[in-house]
Amino acid sequence: MADYPLTAESIKKEFKRAGIHFVVALPDRVTSHYLLKGLLADPEYKVVQVCKEDEGVSICSGLYAAGHKSVFMMQYTGFLDSINAIRGVAVEGHFPVCMIVGLLGKEADVAPTQSKKYGVKIIEPILDVMGIEHHLIERDADAQQIAPAIEKAFKNCSPVAMLIGREPR
Amino acid sequence: MMKRDEMLKAFARQRKDEIVVAVYMAAQELTHFAPNDLNYTFVGAMGQGSSHALGLALGRPDKKVVVFDGDGSLLMNLGSLVTIANQAPKNYVHCLCENGCYETNGSVLTPRSGQIRFAELAKTTGYKKTYEISDLGDWQQKLPEILKEEGPVFVTLKVEPGEAYPENFPRLYSIEHREKFRQTLAKS
Repeated sequence: MADYPLTAESIKKEFKRAGIHFVVALPDRVTSHYLLKGLLADPEYKVVQVCKEDEGVSICSGLYAAGHKSVFMMQYTGFLDSINAIRGVAVEGHFPVCMIVGLLGKEADVAPTQSKKYGVKIIEPILDVMGIEHHLIERDADAQQIAPAIEKAFKNCSPVAMLIGREPR
Repeated sequence: MMKRDEMLKAFARQRKDEIVVAVYMAAQELTHFAPNDLNYTFVGAMGQGSSHALGLALGRPDKKVVVFDGDGSLLMNLGSLVTIANQAPKNYVHCLCENGCYETNGSVLTPRSGQIRFAELAKTTGYKKTYEISDLGDWQQKLPEILKEEGPVFVTLKVEPGEAYPENFPRLYSIEHREKFRQTLAKS
């Protein structure tokens, strides 16, 4: 594991650095084995499992209104499925919904927009059109962007997406 | 069948310091005749009221959270019943204003209008207590008990439109009111 470029631990460390206690999630094949299962087993985190991704957008917003920071983990397919809630709640409603989005099927070290996978290729352009800041996380060094991005989202009351480009182990 | 505005006014008379999440017509009416800084109407997309309320209930387990959801809205987010029951927040009261139609969008009937036992669905998913109420007197009488019950509680309220009130969508989605809600909640 020593040479593996992205660890689940580096992402968890960022959640902790950002003061996250609540994790809202629907299992994503990229992050579920090491990251989500690790969070579920960690008493420091309260994981709220949802049945559909748009619920997660709203639960994070309710948590914000109650004074809490949270992150929302999902697969890119779930992001696509919940676009209207992201539009209406997070973007137009100015809620700091911090999305951790697994890019299932993205080729290693290939830019998402260059992916042969259509669903992956369209994610960044959609985020750009919606005016949502995004960060590509493929290595532990990239993961260090997570806590500052979360802090910025809460400061500005705006959503942010961390795109997980390979399975964190 | 109750007039929705009379049902909401009866609630407002008994309200103490509960957070109230209301959607669509219930939100318009409640903010009109019972303004309160703990009225939360910033749900942003149809069907999302119950999920916002779950975030609030988990974030503030010391405060009772009462949702006035709609049947058209709940049909768009039925999975939220399972998510809520799974989290089992003791402070969650899910009231469903069942009018059998999409009243805001032209009063077109919902699929299986009036034939779905939503309280039974809630019970099956794991809500701790459920009620079905169609009479205003019954609502007024049972409300203190409902608000004291350990949640999640589900209440089907059979309603029809009462008086017409002006619509004020900018108020429902106002960032200024949302921030005022946050500040009020933080202090309470």
